[in-house]
Parts: sequence; structure tokens; C-alpha cells
Amino acid sequence: MGVPLGAALAACGGTAGPGSAGGSSGGGAKATYWYLSVQPQEGVRTRAVERFNKANPGGTITGTPFQNDAYKTKIKTAIGAGQAPTIIWGWGGGTLRTYVQAGQVEDLTSWFEQNAAVKDRLFPSSFGAATIDGKIYAMPCETVQPIVLFYNKTAFEKIGAQPPTSWGDIMDLVPKFNKAGIAPFSLGGQSRWTNMMWLEFLLDRIGGTEVFQAVFDGTKDAWSHPAVLDMLTKVQDLVKAGGFIKGFSSITADSNADQALLYTGKAAMMLHGTWTYGGMSQDGGDFVPGGHLGYMNFPPVEGGKGDPSNTVGNPGQYLSISSKATPEQKEIAKKFFATGVLTDQEGKEWVETGGVPIVKGSDAAWAGSKDADFLNFVYGIASNAKVFAQSWDQALSPTAAEVLLDNIAKLFQLSITPQQWVDNMNAVIGQ
Amino acid sequence: MTAFAPPARTGPPPAATREARGGVLPWLAVPALVIFVGFGVIPLIGVLFLSFTSWDGLGEIHLSGLTSWRAVLADPGLPHALWVTFLVMAASWAFQTPASILIGVFLAGRQRYRAVLAVVFFIPLLLSQAAIAIAYKALLDPNFGLGAGLHIDLLSQDWLGRPVLAFSTVIFVVSWQFIPFHSLIYQGGARQIPDSMYEAAELDGAGRVRKFFSITLPQLKYTIITSSTLMVVGSLTFFDLIFVLTAGGPGDATRVLALDMYKRGFQANLMGPASAIAVILVLVGLALALLLRRLGGRNPDASQLEGA
Repeated sequence: MGVPLGAALAACGGTAGPGSAGGSSGGGAKATYWYLSVQPQEGVRTRAVERFNKANPGGTITGTPFQNDAYKTKIKTAIGAGQAPTIIWGWGGGTLRTYVQAGQVEDLTSWFEQNAAVKDRLFPSSFGAATIDGKIYAMPCETVQPIVLFYNKTAFEKIGAQPPTSWGDIMDLVPKFNKAGIAPFSLGGQSRWTNMMWLEFLLDRIGGTEVFQAVFDGTKDAWSHPAVLDMLTKVQDLVKAGGFIKGFSSITADSNADQALLYTGKAAMMLHGTWTYGGMSQDGGDFVPGGHLGYMNFPPVEGGKGDPSNTVGNPGQYLSISSKATPEQKEIAKKFFATGVLTDQEGKEWVETGGVPIVKGSDAAWAGSKDADFLNFVYGIASNAKVFAQSWDQALSPTAAEVLLDNIAKLFQLSITPQQWVDNMNAVIGQ
Repeated sequence: MTAFAPPARTGPPPAATREARGGVLPWLAVPALVIFVGFGVIPLIGVLFLSFTSWDGLGEIHLSGLTSWRAVLADPGLPHALWVTFLVMAASWAFQTPASILIGVFLAGRQRYRAVLAVVFFIPLLLSQAAIAIAYKALLDPNFGLGAGLHIDLLSQDWLGRPVLAFSTVIFVVSWQFIPFHSLIYQGGARQIPDSMYEAAELDGAGRVRKFFSITLPQLKYTIITSSTLMVVGSLTFFDLIFVLTAGGPGDATRVLALDMYKRGFQANLMGPASAIAVILVLVGLALALLLRRLGGRNPDASQLEGA
């Protein structure tokens, strides 16, 4: 089990939550729910709310979608100002911890005890990032999203090469693709967390999971591990070798331009979350249906200690209930959790976007689906990973995450050396 | 940044209004005063207070003395952000002022085609900064932008991905938006210059260039000061455009003070240090405004029209 997922199921047993018995959802009560925009995922979220509202006309939910990067700021500000929506969508981990410390979200531990069926049907690994100090503060939802290495098969055919099976292969492929006028890797570098995925995998493959675990635990000078310097040097070597698309530091992931680079064949490979599969099938024309998209887990690094089955990403998405909401709104939210989240219909729709819902046995749902290969691949990664680590920026506190992202951007810009990176990051450990 | 100063009143008011002055006039200032205190002074006091606390924007506010100030002043990010802010200020002033004066003086002519052009020039000012930034970001995209679309290599540079280029692009886009506004000020200023001065100069045999440098430019002295003050103080608060265009990047090449404040406050959840930066921004702005007033001479209300 990875970083914040370790505590996963050691959670039950807490203070009694607000009594839920006999709560009639008062006529016309409304709960609010903010979530992420961008199709095709947005449509699945919207339709789940619509179905719930149709079934529960007495207590409905009003949903509002926001763009990814804007949402992260917006939700924080709204919670701080006491204007939070009833249902708070998030990634769990470090951000959820700040909400918990400020007393802004409901403790759902006892609710999950009373509604064990709701909990038992979900992947146990999804509860790690929802659990803070042994208590559950969020309902895991939606899909499991490991980061994988996507590649454009046509681009590989063009230069007559095979997909990389090691870090050495990657470095060998870089000059070959550049010579053919194809960028080796697409990257939406302005979003910064996109660059971070490279560090996450390289550090895991070189040094194993203990290295970042030490950072997460707040061990002094944890970044000084030799594997970190090795990883940072490798990243800068790749940048220097022209591994990334021209102008990567001004491309944002929110605009999906990084995906477009891959499916238009301007770039050969892309390290990205599995959620981009839906976007590429929708916008890429024949790219996905025509079988031109390849995918694999991040390859091992020669001499590295990490287990090549390990992965990183989002073990799930998370819904919390604002503690500032009225009792009626909280009831509606809990009813939504119990009857409206990850229904069979919603699960089916997630499968259609190329996502693996975090429901046990969901692999039965895609038998015969056009995306079955990809879904099996994701399901395999998620269930076979020795460690499924949460993204660093979500696992750490927002304060530490900001410093991390800032230094990662500078690392890719080659404006700081690996040693300076280590020093800067050691200074904020445990914050 | 759009603050329109009322024209300076010269000479005593006519006797008829003098009586009213004692009674009604001060009350007319009340709405403005309420808004200024409510949206200017009170938040300022709030920010000053917050700068002596630690607050993550979510939980309770704790007094923490000078901790935030120490953290901000010891951070190498602060001098960098100050330096970038200063560069943005200096470069955008140096680029906008000559351009605005030339366009403004040109538009001051009464020909009809110039009136039409004036309307066209004014359009960028009507667009929101965020919209402009999004449009430019799309146009400048090295892989899908204007250069790639038209197959012009010169245009498909990594405009926003290299520190110096990104900085220059920011200055260009800022200028593109605000030159129309300052041209408008200069147009008004140039129209105030009495024709008799030009007529006298023509009699003395002065040409176009000579007239511009010997009459127009000196006569525009106070207009230049007004416009420069707006530019300089306004450039301190550039935020939305840079945020959307580069998000302070690449690295921290375009991270101005206002952006640094936002990132600390709303992304890193450090409201205390962010408030300290806000206070620094206010102080720098005040100091600059005072400095520019000084540069304008002892008595900015003195007439420039002696002998005209």
C-alpha cells in the first residue's frame, strides 16, 4: 500500500455522527454540489445528479461544474468563506486533511459503519486517501486513475522502433524521434503537476517507495536520498536531450493540447493519467478506435530498486460533506452517497469514457465493450500494483505542494540544479 | 487601474457657487467616501491585520506577530518578484509612452478618418484582460497557433516558454491593451494646446518635427505625468493577464508581486505572508505615486499657457 493509502481500512470506530434516522428530506430542500468540468467526464457527473433528482423530487441537488485548475482555488476560497457547497468534490489526501483540521467537513466514519454495504462494494484501496487519522471524511467515487505511458503506434512505425522497455530505451528513442521531426514526449508543462508525474515514476523506479514515504512522514532531509539526485539528473538529461515537445512549458493540461499533440502525431509518447483516454477517443478522430493508441506502465530504470508494477495517480475521487451545510442538505448528500453515487448506470457510463469505476467486480461491466482492452489494462495495473501511490501534490499539504510544483517547474526550465532542488525541498519538509 | 482624475480647477470659483459650498457640497462627497472607506480603507486595515497572523484560509486565524513578515522578507522569491515587477513597470512604460504620445497626437487632428481610426484603436480596451490573454495564448501556441497554422516559422517561436521571450510577450500584450487608453489621454491633452502656438511657430519657420518637440511635447508635460502615474501604479496590479498567459512562468520568469501574493495566499494557503506582500504592494504603489507627483514640479496646478 502506498503513501497515504496505508491506513486504508484501519478506520472504523469513531464518534457518532449526526443521527440519520427518520430524516425526511423537507419539501423542496436543495443541496449543492461542485465538480469538475471537461467532457466526457462532466456529462457522467451531471447525469448522475439528474437521475438522483428525478428519483428524489423532495430533496434535489444543484450541480455546478468548474475547470480543474480553477476549481482547486475556488473550492478552497469558498470553504474558507463559509460558502462551501454541500457536497465537496476532491482528490482526498493533503487537501482533505486541511479541511478536516479546519473542521469544515463531516466525519463519515459512523455513517459508513451503519451503511457497510455502501463501503464494501468499493475498492478498499480507494479509502486510503479518504482517511485522515483513522477516520473517514469522504466517500470515494468515480474511477481509479493510474498514470500510464501512452504512445502513438503510427509514430513508432514511422521510425521503425519498438516501445521502450527501460529508461535506457527512452533515452535512445529521443534522438531518433527528433531526427524524424516528431517530438518524443508531449507535455502540458504549464500545469506543473504534469511534470511532477515524471518525478513520481522515476523516483519510484530508482529508489522504491520508501523515499517519498519518508518525505510524506516528514523525516528531516528526506529529499537528500541519493535516489532523488539521480532522478532529478535523469529528468534534466531528458529535457536537455530535447525529450519534450517544443514550448512544453507554456502548454496547459486544461486545454487538452497535450493530448492533441499525441493524437495528431506531433508527439510520439505522453505520460498522463488514464482519464485522458476519454478525451482522446472523443476528440482524436480515428486515433483510438483505429487502434493507433498504445499504452503501458512506466518502464523500469536499469539498476533501480523500485517494483515495476508500482503505479501512481488517483486511487479514486472523493466526495465530502460540508459541516456548514444544514441538516436537510446533509441528509440529501448522504442519500446521494448511498443511492446516487456509482449506480450501475453511472458505472456503465464511466466505462464508456474508458474509465474503471472503483466498484468491485466492475470488470464484468465491460465485457464486449469497444474499450475492453484498455479497461482491462487499467484494471490490471490498479489491482496488481504492489503500491498505488497518490499523486504527490495531492498527498502533501497545499503549502508544501506549492513549493514542490514551483521547484519542479524550475527544474524542467533548467533554471535550478538538482542539488538546489533538493535543498529547497528539504527546507519545507513536514510543512 | 482606470482612475479618471477630475480636471484641475484653476482660479477661484464663481461667487454664485461659493455660498452653496459651505452647505451642500461636502455631502456630495459622501457616496464616494463611503465606497472608498468600505472597499479601500477597511480591507486595507484587514490585510494589515492579517499580515501579523497565520491563517490557512480555512480554519481559525491565529496571531503570530512578525512570523509572516520574517518569512516573506527572508524568502529569495520576494526580491525576484520585486525585480520582475519593476522590469514590467519600466518596460511597459518605455514601450507604451512613446507609442501612446504619437498615436494620441495623431488622433488629435480633426480629420474624419482619424476619428474613425480612434474608434478602432479603442477596441482592445473594451475587452477583458482574461479574454485577451486566452486569445493570445491560443494564437501564440507553438504547435497549434498562428505560426503553425500559417506555416510561418518566424511566428512559431516558443513565445511563452522562454524567460526573455515570455517577458517580452507579456509586455507586448499589456501594451496592446493599454496603449489605446493612454492615447486617449494624450489626444485630449494635445487638443488642449492652443492653435496660436503652432501658428506662431509656423511663422518662425518651424517644421513638423520641430513643432512636435518644441511645442507639443513640452505642453503635454502634465499629461505625461498623469498617464505615467496611471501606467506605473497600474502595472503593479497586473494579474489576470499574466496569470492566464504564463501563470508566472516559465519557472518564475514572469512572476510579478501580485501573482506571488496570489500563489502564496490561494495556492499555498499562506494568507499571512500573502497579506504581508499585499502591504508591500500598497507601500510601493504609494511611494511611486508620490515620487511621480514630485517629478511633476512644485506646483502642478500652474498654468502652462502663459503668453498663449
